[in-house]
Amino acid sequence: MTDANGDNAPLLEVHDLHTRFHTEEGVVPAVDGVTWSARRGETLAIVGESGCGKSVTALSIMRLIPPPGRIVSGRVLLYENPDKPPTDVLALPERRMRGIRGNQIAMIFQEPMSSLNPVFSIGDQIAEAVALHQGLRSTDAMDAAIDMLERVGIAAARQRSREYPHQMSGGMRQRVMIAMALCCDPSLLIADEPTTALDVTVQAQILDLLRDLQNKRDMGIVIITHDLGVVAQIADHVCVMYAGRIVERTDVKELFKNPMHPYTIGLLESLPRTVAHSGRLKCIPGSVPNPAQFPEGCRFHPRCPLTRRLADESPARPREEFGSSGDVLLRCVRGTPNARGGQPDLLEVRPGHFVACWESEGYDAAAGSGRSS
Amino acid sequence: MASPESDAAATPVAPHPPVAPTGPADRSRAGVGYARRVWRRFRRNRRGLIGLGVIVLLCVLAFLSPIIAGRYPIVCRHEGRLHAPAVVNVLHQIPFVARLVQQSKPFRFAGFDAKAALPEDAFAIWPLIPYGPLETTQQSQQSPSREHWLGTDEVGRDIASRMVHGAVVSVKVGVVSMGIAALLGIVIGGPAGYFGGWTDAVVSRLIEIVMCFPVFFLILSVMVWLEPDILNVMVVIGLTRWTTVARYTRGEFMRLKSCDFVSAARAAGAGPVRIMFRHLLPNSLAPVLVTVSFGMAQAILIEAGLSWLGFGVQWPEPSWGNILRSGFDQIRVAPYMVYPPCVAIFVAVLSYNLVGDALRDAVDPRIHDQA
Repeated sequence: MTDANGDNAPLLEVHDLHTRFHTEEGVVPAVDGVTWSARRGETLAIVGESGCGKSVTALSIMRLIPPPGRIVSGRVLLYENPDKPPTDVLALPERRMRGIRGNQIAMIFQEPMSSLNPVFSIGDQIAEAVALHQGLRSTDAMDAAIDMLERVGIAAARQRSREYPHQMSGGMRQRVMIAMALCCDPSLLIADEPTTALDVTVQAQILDLLRDLQNKRDMGIVIITHDLGVVAQIADHVCVMYAGRIVERTDVKELFKNPMHPYTIGLLESLPRTVAHSGRLKCIPGSVPNPAQFPEGCRFHPRCPLTRRLADESPARPREEFGSSGDVLLRCVRGTPNARGGQPDLLEVRPGHFVACWESEGYDAAAGSGRSS
Repeated sequence: MASPESDAAATPVAPHPPVAPTGPADRSRAGVGYARRVWRRFRRNRRGLIGLGVIVLLCVLAFLSPIIAGRYPIVCRHEGRLHAPAVVNVLHQIPFVARLVQQSKPFRFAGFDAKAALPEDAFAIWPLIPYGPLETTQQSQQSPSREHWLGTDEVGRDIASRMVHGAVVSVKVGVVSMGIAALLGIVIGGPAGYFGGWTDAVVSRLIEIVMCFPVFFLILSVMVWLEPDILNVMVVIGLTRWTTVARYTRGEFMRLKSCDFVSAARAAGAGPVRIMFRHLLPNSLAPVLVTVSFGMAQAILIEAGLSWLGFGVQWPEPSWGNILRSGFDQIRVAPYMVYPPCVAIFVAVLSYNLVGDALRDAVDPRIHDQA
């Protein structure tokens, strides 16, 4: 299913998604203008630290944001059929949305330990999902469930289908979750940190399994993770998120070869390496800011090495001050054409490589030519 | 009436914990894994087992009451044919079977008075206590003897037989009233916990209002207003005692709704009704069962109290409450009459409470072991 450019057909497009939580502390812009697209047969990874809005993005697509959260604006276009115009998932009535969940877009969660209902046998749980969407009789649904369990690599599936979640290991349970998600043959699978709770060997098995199932079904996968190792193993495209915004978006090879946003660079440098390892691991100082009080200007600036470095330099050079942290004035290397408090846009600084940093090479040119995402 | 000591020896317990005799029984298959773990913990509690044994015995006693005590023989030969009138009476106790079997000849009620119609030497196996609960004998106010194990009352009815048939009322009251209460509590409390917000506010106020009703006096006034009938008693108890179940269900749903497996079910496309009753309910049945168990004890006490006052089961129909009443009226002449109902009520209430206690311990995750 490829178009003229050799690209796979689009499956899901997220346009300028804004999700806010209206809490007592104020309005929290958990997802603030996120745009990306997923294609059939490809894997998109969304990477970022905890609290950067990865999971909220996923839940927004499923329309499962718990109150007080609300999707304020944006569009989520689902191409159910490649030949027909897409449907805007956010505009559907709840009843139709239920038909899409599990059927068109399936989701697996981070905690295989608690994502299965403790009082049902796993066979029952998968069969329920099958029966729900395909209207099969219970015996047929159970057969489909057992078949699915076999396909995710559970041996003696018929016996194991009678077991309860507490009788299974974490890796097994994640396989069950995957079986449950895939039993209705969804075109898109959203995996929210599917391997975080598992140990490394099991993690590799699960990722292989996802890859394998993806190839067989031409399914799109959106994988949410904080682990760049997982990204390298499975992703085709990557979105790096920070504080509710995408700071860098490109394909996986480009990201590892030529990271441009200082946050991405920081993430990559904080990875332990097996060769030529010397001294301490680098890390990004500080932590993700409280979403209720995001810093003015570029949200990464309090932690950004580029602003840090400049703060020590002579302030005599004509640069625009664009944000402050405490008493110390901070600047970027080259300042910004935006007004104070503005944020860098996600611009295509190289073909297929989008970055939201005033400092990145080619940013001004991209801004000048108006090539935004 | 059986004493708890004798039951302890031979606890004939069911292979499952007392899964609610009411409510969503059709989910039992799905809940076996969890139920089995609870049962394993329950089994270690000796007092709970004794209580359970007594309750099971009580239920068996109530169900088989026509065979254990009655004026009809279990098997007899009447005009050349074999009859089993007491067995027929047992069958007629089963709600839907009764309608089915009424038509077919061998299962009709006995059309003859066995005691009068059968000749002395005719073949007949009589119940253990060969007197009906309403059958009057010539000997009134007799103290316990071989003939009448617990004596007779002021019109010559056998108290032992009345005690056995009175157990039916107690079992029924517990099951029916708490069945109504559990159903109402789940249906009202569940959505409150799941949806929260306005639903919760309204339901919570409703619960608080109903909790303020003094149940006993409400029932008294209802009984004055309506016909004093055991069914009305059961309905009113059910209509007022659902609040505890509702509060527990609400709390459990609230706690569970943010669990990952609920998000997973939602992500799989399940609607609120399916999530509530298929995913949340089986996980929150434990406190409901505990409440129901304690509630049954309460219901038995309320019924006995009402019957004692003359508003419950109507004399001369037997119930532990009104046996106690007639004994109380003649406590100077026939003091032996008050002991059996007192002991029976005490033992039954104690047993339900013991089971409730043990069940609470068995489902409490804080004393969770590796069962």
